[in-house]
Formats: sequence, C-alpha cells, structure tokens
Amino acid sequence: MNEMLVTLALILGKLLFIFGVVLFMAAYLVLAERKILGRMQLRYGPNRVGPFGLMQPLADVIKLLTKEDFVPARADKWLFLIAPGITAVTALLVFAVIPFGPTQEIFGQQVPLVVVDLNIGVLYFLGVSSMAVYGVVLGGWASNSKYSLLGGVRGLSQMVSYELSLGLSLVPVIMMARSFSLTDIVMAQQSLPFMLLNPVAFGVFFICVLAESNRIPFDLPEAENELVGGFHTEYSGMRFGLFFVGEYINMVVLGSLVTVFFLGGWHGPWLPPMLWFLLKVLAVCAMFIWIRASMPRLRYDQLMNLGWKVLLPLTLVNILVTGAVLLGLG
Amino acid sequence: MHVIRGIRGTFQPFWVTLRNMFRKPVTIQYPEEKQQLPERYRARLILTRDPDGAERCVACHLCSAACPVDCISMQAAEAEDGRRYAAWFRINFTRCIFCGLCTEACPTLAIQVTADFELAGRDLLKLVYEKEDLLVDHCGNDNSYNFYRQSGIGVAAPRGTNPGETPPADVKDLMP
Repeated sequence: MNEMLVTLALILGKLLFIFGVVLFMAAYLVLAERKILGRMQLRYGPNRVGPFGLMQPLADVIKLLTKEDFVPARADKWLFLIAPGITAVTALLVFAVIPFGPTQEIFGQQVPLVVVDLNIGVLYFLGVSSMAVYGVVLGGWASNSKYSLLGGVRGLSQMVSYELSLGLSLVPVIMMARSFSLTDIVMAQQSLPFMLLNPVAFGVFFICVLAESNRIPFDLPEAENELVGGFHTEYSGMRFGLFFVGEYINMVVLGSLVTVFFLGGWHGPWLPPMLWFLLKVLAVCAMFIWIRASMPRLRYDQLMNLGWKVLLPLTLVNILVTGAVLLGLG
Repeated sequence: MHVIRGIRGTFQPFWVTLRNMFRKPVTIQYPEEKQQLPERYRARLILTRDPDGAERCVACHLCSAACPVDCISMQAAEAEDGRRYAAWFRINFTRCIFCGLCTEACPTLAIQVTADFELAGRDLLKLVYEKEDLLVDHCGNDNSYNFYRQSGIGVAAPRGTNPGETPPADVKDLMP
C-alpha cells in the first residue's frame, strides 16, 4: 500500500514537473523568439515589462485572458470552441513518451525519467502528432471564414505531403536501434548520435519537423501575409492563445524528439544528463528561430514538390542503403 | 548554375541574420532617448507675439479657412486703437493633422508650428487648446516681423512713420 502511494506520488510529481517545465519553456520561447528575431532585424524586441522584458509572457497571458472570447456569426460553435484545445493537448500528449534523463533512484525506487516508456513510442508519436493537424483543420473549417478555411485546407494537404517522409525518415533510426521505444533509441546512441551515423535521415526528419510545427518556411496554414493569420484569423483571446501556446509546446516537443532520435538524447560528456538534454532541446529551438529569421515562406507547389519529389524518394533510398549497410556489417 | 545559386541563396541568409544579430540595433528607445528632430518638424501649433510683445493674431480666420479638418475656430474682436485680436481662439488637437497649412495661410506669422509632438493623452477634452494654452511669449521663427508696422494701417505707429514707408500724400495740396 505504502509503496503504491509512493509510486503514485512519483508519477504525479513527474507529470507536474513536465507540465511546469514544458509550459514555462513554451512561454519563454515566445519571448526568446521575439528577442532573437528582433536582434536579427536590428531591433531590440520586447524590453519594457520587467528587466530585459522578462515579464513579457505574464503580460501576454493577462492580455489574452482579459480579451473577449469571440465566436463569429454562423460559425460551427462547438468545433470552433474545441479546436484550439486539440492543438495544445496533442502537443502535450506527445511529451508522455519522451525520455529526458536516465533512470534515477528516488525513495528507493527505480524511476525512469519518462512518463510512460511505451514499447511502440515512435508509433505513438507519429499517431498523436498527426492528430494535431485536426486543431488546424477544424478551427479553419468552423470559423466560417474563407481565409480560415484556406488555412485549414492548406494545413491538411501540407500534412499529407510531409507526414510520409516524417515517418519513413525514422525507419533507419528504428533499424539502427532495433526498437520502437524512445528510451532504447537513446540508449543505442551512447557512443555516437544517429545524426552522425545517418545525416540524410536527420536532414529529412528536421525538414519534416519544421513542417510539422507549422513554422517558416512551412507556415502555409498561417501565412500572415496572404491569409491574414489563416486558421486562427477568427480566434481571439485565450483561444488564440491556446493555438499560440500549442505551437510553442510543439516546438519544445519536436526539439526533444530531434534530440531523442538524432542528437543522442541525454548522452554527453562532463555535464549532468538532464542538462545535456535541455541544452540540446534549446539548441534545436534556437535553430528553429534562426531558420524563421532567415528563410522565406515556400510557395504551395514548392512545398508539394519538395515533399513528394525530393524528400519521399530520398527517404526510401536511405532506408534501402541503411538496410544494406546494416546487413553488410552483420 | 541554378543549383549553385540555389544553394547560395539558401545559406547566405543565415550568415546575414547571424551577422546582424551582433550589431547594435538601430532602434531609438523612445521615452529615454529622444530623436533629433528636423528643424522644420511640424507638430503642436503656437500663437506667437510680435517683437513689441503684442499678439500677432489679427483674427482674420484665414487659418481656420485653410484648415482641411476644421480644427481651428476663433471669435474676432477689435480694440479701441483699431487693433484686431481674437476674443477666443481654439485649436482642437484631437482633430489636427499637423499639415501646417494654417501657418502658410497666416498673413501675420502668428500661428506657427513647433517640434513638440508629445500630445498624447487619455482625456480628449484636454487636447482642445484655448488661446491661453496656445499663446507663447516669443516670436517663434521670425524675430523681426510686426504686421502692423509693415502694413501701415496706423495702429502701432502713425501713418508714414513705419519702416520703408513714405508719408501719405496730401490730396488737398497741388504741389507734387
């Protein structure tokens, strides 16, 4: 009985820890992105609220919470109301399978630093992250606005064209790690991260992850300039905020996934494992921000061409080559 | 060639953004740092005085006629010595677009622009400036011009004694 209570408390503690850290990181990623983008464009970025603008996320939250929660006339009300939640929740759900440190011993119990170590973790990630596009599509559909609808439609067809390559680029990783579990994949990178062993898969996965997070150069569903915000044109207040937070949680989650699959997870010399993990995630997020500052948005047909004519054949060939090499090495 | 240009076009932006990140931003931190405004910047309007210290405005209504947004209104009055003045003079700065047409219309150089642009406020009525808010104690841009001395109506000085003015001809005298 006592042991069960301890187990329960540990699971709850882990959940709270992950929620806290991920939401905190999402909030401050917004600030970091605005600051870094600002500096790259010779501006300062937000620096008014608190020292160096560090209270800006708080101010944003207060602003979003006190704004009117507006539902447009003849919108599909229920879909409109739940769509932002889908985006944020699916992004958080993916984090359940991400291991962020080696197994620790707390209160005499072996505690793996992952919410659940699913033996089909990779498939779970692919499945749940595909659900995230429902938030975009349903939000766009339910808004009863042509811009939103176009954004939703774009999101859907973008998903179709990159999701295949996203899944297939992970096949070499699974082949090399011989497991679908994310913990095992990290353990397999003890000596060398898969980024060095299979750079092609890393490149394709990184491009697909950019598309998955709906960020520049693949932010076609949002496209401020053409679609005035795309799927979230009609949203206001905290519902818009949920879309926004969902996007940044997604950034953290996808950064963690890149770290787990290709950068060797928590493995690294000198520093404690969890710090290594955090540093790698932050590096990937910084890369996302840098890419946003530097790249233009792809045109629609360019995205399709890239997804179907370049990435898909590349991943298929990569699977064959990796398989051949693995067979050759025995 | 296309491939090389494509690759360069993909990677060059990253170098540009990285380089700019370590340069000093061009932003002027407004409330703490103030921008050096051009000399002829057009912002808040003032009513200036002539070198003798009297009001320049003769309440001719030309500025309110020139104003494209109709933000200037006034009431004309005449003093005992024949000098015209504005009984009240009102500029509604919530409407003013700072075009400066009133200053071009003004025949006496009374209404002039200043570089003071910090007019924002929460109470709109506080932005309706009355004559005492507008009137200043200096000549503005022109330190010498005095309308009544130049036009010779005989208010500031007797006829024929203003600078550059010949005495009036005596119409009853036949001598040239």
